[in-house]
Amino acid sequence: MSTKVNVETKRGRAIPGRAIKRKQLTGWLFVSPWILGLLLFYAYPLFSSIYYSFTSYSILREGRWVGFQNYTDLFKDDLFWTSIGNTVYFAVLYVPVSIFLGIALAMLLNMNVKGMSVYRTIFFLPTLVPQVAMAVLWMWLLNPSFGLINAMLAFVGIDGPPWLGSEAWSKPSIIFMSLWGMGQAVVIYLAGLGDIPKDYYDAAEVDGAGWWKKTLNVTMPLLTPVIFFNLVMGLIGAFQQFTLPYTLTQGTGSPANSLTFYVMYLYDNAFKYFNMGYASAMAWILFVGIMSLTAIVFLTSKHWVHYQGK
Amino acid sequence: MRLTKRFFAHFVLLLASAFFLIPFLWLLSTSLKPLEQIFSFPPEWIPDPVQWSNYADAVNYIPFFQYLSNTLVITLLSVLGVLISCPLVAYSFAKLEWKGRNVLFAITIAVMMIPAQVTMVPLFMLFKSWGWVGTGLPLIVPQLFGVPFYIFLLRQFFMGLPDALRDAARIDGANEFRIYWQVMLPLAKPALLAVGLFQFIGSWTDFLGPLLYLTDPNSYTLSLGLQQFQNQRGSEWGLLMAVSTLMTLPIIVMFFFLQRTFIQGITFTGVKQ
Repeated sequence: MSTKVNVETKRGRAIPGRAIKRKQLTGWLFVSPWILGLLLFYAYPLFSSIYYSFTSYSILREGRWVGFQNYTDLFKDDLFWTSIGNTVYFAVLYVPVSIFLGIALAMLLNMNVKGMSVYRTIFFLPTLVPQVAMAVLWMWLLNPSFGLINAMLAFVGIDGPPWLGSEAWSKPSIIFMSLWGMGQAVVIYLAGLGDIPKDYYDAAEVDGAGWWKKTLNVTMPLLTPVIFFNLVMGLIGAFQQFTLPYTLTQGTGSPANSLTFYVMYLYDNAFKYFNMGYASAMAWILFVGIMSLTAIVFLTSKHWVHYQGK
Repeated sequence: MRLTKRFFAHFVLLLASAFFLIPFLWLLSTSLKPLEQIFSFPPEWIPDPVQWSNYADAVNYIPFFQYLSNTLVITLLSVLGVLISCPLVAYSFAKLEWKGRNVLFAITIAVMMIPAQVTMVPLFMLFKSWGWVGTGLPLIVPQLFGVPFYIFLLRQFFMGLPDALRDAARIDGANEFRIYWQVMLPLAKPALLAVGLFQFIGSWTDFLGPLLYLTDPNSYTLSLGLQQFQNQRGSEWGLLMAVSTLMTLPIIVMFFFLQRTFIQGITFTGVKQ
């Protein structure tokens, strides 16, 4: 984490003690609502969920200390592994594909083509559709017998798959829907491309670099901080997949649990079966998993992320 | 050579536009079709006749205006909450000097990484012990105490404002709160708008929060209402599309009018051109 904060050091200026105290107090006063929020709504729940994960806790009964039992039960729970498998499947396909497509579209937009603002708006529009409405819309689009997608496929002579109706095609359907809503990443890449100084390209051209060389040696290295940001955010988002599969399947994860994602199963354990301890253990495994992934990305970042002028 | 490149770029962009736009247009088209045309094969694009009554039927079928007002209350109060707390905190991180500032800011960034689902269960228990489950309070009150991502965005924006403004006001004898309130806050309007819009969209489209806390059907938001509606009206695609459109439209209209300011308000580097 390289958050560089510019601290003003008032070197060589003697400030009377009382003024310093006042300054301190003002700063703390301004920030005090957040300190309260941080303790109450972040720190306390985070640490109490560790405690819960070692208890057998339901909403109805007081918790009982059970040690590692929730964790050992989880590791024997087939559905737990299924939900991890589904979530990883989604993340492994969606994150790289969205990064690749996002950069490609942003680079095309960055060529200063006519109507760029129109394209940009079109790409961004789907991100404004509420996920519940998105689920309804795509259920209709992917309807095997009356849906537009299969009708289009039939038009070019392809017999469309049953999409959400089959185990093999249900996850690709969700990936497809999620890609439809990736406009935000495109806009962020576009902003990143706009930050690359034009002289770099001019210099590369003087050296006789063509489009391919410029992309490889100028664009990509300078875009890495933005790729890094979107990669971290994309991974965290992918592991939090809930609303789309939940509303598509009315909470069932059907067909055959192929759409039971990790957080859905966590939700079921907590609020359907009231196994708060079990759900807390799941929450902690999720937390450690996401943290480890993020840490790996951060640790490798110094090898592939280049910061301008730093 | 140049020309073919441009042509190729446009070709790919148009293809991508079709992918992003067609589902959208299909949503509108289906919402205006009579039932028999919805199931026509091959699908037709133009509703014939245009059936505006889908909207009236959909609004009457669920307590639409009740859900709308519930959603608006939660959304507007959340927006108000973040606009009161986050700039104040962000300003302190950006422009005031105090011990522990950088440590606390680093913690704030770290907290951004915690998925909401990790704290979901203990928070639910906490709100339950306060007697808040079944009310909208858990969806509104936490925002009054600050949201890490917004604090980060606003801090970046404040960093981009010249210190000279603050120092000049100090020399004039203004106290820190007055400087914040009368000098800095008005300058941060684009960032405030961006944060307000983010929170508006977040609350308006939130599903998991209302699902956990709004147990009484009279207090449902549009997200929950639409999901119920979907269960009961499995084949009424026209009505479902009409409600989905009604839910989506306000956000799109808002975005259209505010997009320029919105983009100005987002800065990651703290340096605005």
